[in-house]
Amino acid sequence: MSTTPTLTGAEIVIKALRDQGVDTIFGYPGGAVLPIYDALFKQNHIRHILVRHEQAAVHAAEGYARSSGKVGVVLVTSGPGATNAVTGLVDALMDSIPIVCLTGQVPTHLIGNDAFQECDTTGITRPATKHNYLVKDVNQLARTLHEGFYVAKNGRPGPVVIDIPKDIQFAEGTYKAPAECQPKSYRPQVRPDLNKVEEAVELIANAKRPIFYVGGGVINSGPIASRLLTQFVRMTGYPCTATLMGLGAYPASDKQFLGMLGMHGTYEANLAMHGCDVMINIGARFDDRVTGKLSEFSPGSRKIHVDIDPSSINKNVRVDVPIVGDAAHVLEDMIRVWKARAKRADQKALAEWWKQIEFWRARDCLRYEKTDKVIKPQFALERLRAAIAGRDDVFISTEVGQHQMWAAQFIPFEKPNRWLTSGGLGTMGYGLPAAIGAQIANPDALCIDVAGEASILMNIQEMSTALQYRLPVKVFILNNQWMGMVRQWQQLLHGERYSESYSEALPDFVKLADAFGGVGLRATKTSEVDDVIKEMIAIERPVIVDMCVDQKENCFPMIPGGKAHNEMLLGPDEKLEEATPEEGMVLV
Amino acid sequence: MPPVEPIERHTISVLVDNEPGVLARVIGLFSGRGYNIESLTVAEVNPEQALSRITIVTSGTPMIIEQIKAQLDRLVPVHRVRDLTMEGPFIEREMALVKVAGTGEKRVEALRIADIFKARVVDATIESFVFEITGTADDLTRFIELMKQLGLVDISRAGAVAMSRGTGGL
Ligand SMILES: Cc1cc2nc3c(=O)[nH]c(=O)nc-3n(C[C@H](O)[C@H](O)[C@H](O)COP(=O)(O)OP(=O)(O)OC[C@H]3O[C@@H](n4cnc5c(N)ncnc54)[C@H](O)[C@@H]3O)c2cc1C
Ligand SMILES: Cc1ncc(C[n+]2csc(CCOP(=O)(O)OP(=O)(O)O)c2C)c(N)n1
Repeated sequence: MSTTPTLTGAEIVIKALRDQGVDTIFGYPGGAVLPIYDALFKQNHIRHILVRHEQAAVHAAEGYARSSGKVGVVLVTSGPGATNAVTGLVDALMDSIPIVCLTGQVPTHLIGNDAFQECDTTGITRPATKHNYLVKDVNQLARTLHEGFYVAKNGRPGPVVIDIPKDIQFAEGTYKAPAECQPKSYRPQVRPDLNKVEEAVELIANAKRPIFYVGGGVINSGPIASRLLTQFVRMTGYPCTATLMGLGAYPASDKQFLGMLGMHGTYEANLAMHGCDVMINIGARFDDRVTGKLSEFSPGSRKIHVDIDPSSINKNVRVDVPIVGDAAHVLEDMIRVWKARAKRADQKALAEWWKQIEFWRARDCLRYEKTDKVIKPQFALERLRAAIAGRDDVFISTEVGQHQMWAAQFIPFEKPNRWLTSGGLGTMGYGLPAAIGAQIANPDALCIDVAGEASILMNIQEMSTALQYRLPVKVFILNNQWMGMVRQWQQLLHGERYSESYSEALPDFVKLADAFGGVGLRATKTSEVDDVIKEMIAIERPVIVDMCVDQKENCFPMIPGGKAHNEMLLGPDEKLEEATPEEGMVLV
Repeated sequence: MPPVEPIERHTISVLVDNEPGVLARVIGLFSGRGYNIESLTVAEVNPEQALSRITIVTSGTPMIIEQIKAQLDRLVPVHRVRDLTMEGPFIEREMALVKVAGTGEKRVEALRIADIFKARVVDATIESFVFEITGTADDLTRFIELMKQLGLVDISRAGAVAMSRGTGGL
C-alpha cells in the first residue's frame, strides 16, 4: 500500500492550477468536464468566468494574458466545446499568446468509438497549438499540466491544449509539484551569442541611415524589454517604428517614434524602412503585411534580427546578423557592449537622415478631411484619444477591419500590454471578449473595445458575461454600415463591385445594449461625439456606443497587395497607377 | 530579381520522444507548410529513454532547408535535429524486397544480377524469388529497373536510414 495521499484527477487539476499561480479561468461546462467543475465548486481560490461561447473563452484568456503578462487559462468540454475553441487557439498561436486550454474528453475506453461528443481534439488542435497532450494516466496528469504551463510561457509563447478524458478526472492518483516536473526536451535559448551581439553593435554604430523595427516579441519578453528598448533607442538617437503587435513597446509620444509601419503604416515609417542602410529588427517576424513585395523590401539594408524563435529568422527575409535570444537579454547585452565600447552614432549622417525623415513626416500622412457634416471615424478616435489622454489605466482592444487600423494609427500607446488586437489571424469577434479578459485582470482600468458593426456581432453574446461579472467594458462601434475593410478592397482592387459587404439588417445597438442590461449611447453628429465619449467613460457599467460614421471613408495610407513600400497610396485622390497586377490581386 | 536559389536534397536525422502523435506532428509540419518528403523512416532506438530516431530525406532551397530544421527543432518532443548532408560524410542506406516471377533464362539472369548487387534470396518458389537488397537509393533503383525486364511482380521499399561517418553520434 502506498502512503502518498491520492487525489482525484479533477482535484489534481485544481491543485496544479493553484501551484501555477492561476487565479482566474475562463470556461464553459459540459458533460466531459463535470468532475472538474465539481472540484471548482468546492474551492475558493480560483475564480471561474463563465463566458457565452468557447471561442470567447480563449479570446478573453488572451486579453487577460496580454494585459497582465500571465498565462491565460481556459476550460471547455469535449466535442463542440473543443471545436468552438479552435479559432481562439489559432489566434493565440499566430500572435504568440501564452494560453493553457483544458478540454474534457470522453472516457479513455470510448476514445475512437465515435462516442457522444467525442472529437479527436489532439488531432484537430495539433496545428492550432504550440503543443498538445492527451492524458491517459492520472499519475501523469500533474506533470503534464506543469509542463503545459512551462511550454505555453517559455520561448515563443503560445497556446497549449491538455485533453483530459472523464475517467482520468475521476481516477485517483498522486500529485507532483512543479519543481518535481522538469520538462524533458524543451529548452529554448534566451541568452544570445555574444559575438553576434558585438557584431550587431558594430553595425549599428556605423550606420548612416538606421532604423529600429520592433514587434510583439518585445511585448512578449515583458515590460523590462520595453524599458531597455527605449533606453537603447534613445542612446543611439535613431528612429524607431513598430508593427501592429509591437505598439506600446516604444512610447508613441517620443519624437524618435515614426508610428506603425506596413500596409497601413505611416509614410515616414515605410519610406525609412525602404531607404535605411541598417535595420535593427527586435521581436518582429517580417510579416507580409509589413514587408509588402518581398523582392523590393528594404533593398539596400544590412539587417539584424533578434528573435527567440530560430524559425522566425531567415523565414521570409534573409538577414545579415541573426541573434537568437530573448529581447530583454539581447537589449541588455547590446546596451552593455555599446557603453563598454563608448559607441556613438555618426552624428552628421544621422542629422541628414532625420532631415529626410522629417521631410516625409511633413506629408502628414494620417491627415483626413475635417468636416462637420459627418462623423469621420478618425475624428471619433481623435476625440476618444483626447478623452483618455494622460491616463495610465486604459486598455484598448479591437475587432478586425478599418476601425482596427484607425485605432492603431490614432490611439497612442506609451506602455506595453495596453493594446490588444488580433494581428496574425485577424479574427473578427476578438475584441469584446479580449476587453473582458483585460478588465478581469485590471479591475479598475478603463477597457474599451474599438469595434466595427460587423465584427461586434461575431461575439456580441459576451455582453452577458460583462453584465454577469459587472465588468464596465465599453464597446465603441465605428458604425459605417459596411464591412469597411472589405468594401475598401472591393473599391480599390475589384472594380467597385461591392459583393456582399453591406451590413444589411443591423440591430439597433442602443436597444441591444439595453436588452443585455447595459447602456447604449449613440452619436450621429460631430457635435455629439465628445458628450457621448464622456458619458461612456463616466458610466460604470457595460456600454455600447453606436458611433454613426462616414460610410465611405477609406483607411490610408495603404500599400496595396504585392506593392513595395515606396508604392504607397496616401489618400482617396491617389489612384493605383496601373490596374493591380494579377500577382498582387491574389495576395490577401 | 535575386538569383533563384538551387534545390538541394538533404538527409536529416531527428531524435524524438517515442510518444503517441509525434510522427503526426512531424508529418503534419511538412504537409502544413508545404515541404517535400522524399522519404521518412522511424523506429525506436533507445527503449530505456523511449527515444525514436526519424530519418527524413527532403529537398528545397537552402532557405527552406534551414526553415525545416528550425521548425522541427521547435517541436516540443524533438530532442535533436542534425543535417547529415551539411555535417560532412555520412552513410545512407535503403532496403527493398523485390519479387520477380519467371522461368528459364530470365530466372537465371535475375539470380545473376542479384548476385552482382549483393541481393539475398529470402523466398523462393519454382517460379519466383523474393530478393532482399540494401544499398543506396540509386543502387536500389538500378536493381529494380533491371528486374522490370525479368518479371518484376512486386516491390516494397523502405525509406532511407542514415548515419554520420566517424566516431560522433546523434
Ligand atoms: C486588417 C489587418 C491589417 C494589418 N495591417 C498591418 C500593418 O499595416 N502593419 C503591421 O505591422 N501589421 C499589420 N497587421 C498585423 C500583421 O498581420 C501581423 O500580425 C504583425 O505585423 C506581426 O507583428 P510582429 O512582426 O510584431 O510579430 P508577432 O506576431 O508579434 O510575433 C512576435 C515575434 O517575436 C518573437 N518573440 C516572441 N517572444 C520573444 C522574446 N521574448 N524575445 C524576442 N523575440 C520574441 C516571436 O518568435 C515572433 O517572431 C494587420 C493585421 C490585420 C488583421
Ligand atoms: C472571422 C472573420 N471573418 C472574415 C474576416 C474578413 N474580414 C476582414 S475585415 C472584415 C470587415 C469588418 O467589418 P467591420 O467589423 O464592420 O469593420 P470595418 O472594416 O467596417 O471597420 C471582414 C469581413 C475576418 N477578418 N474574420
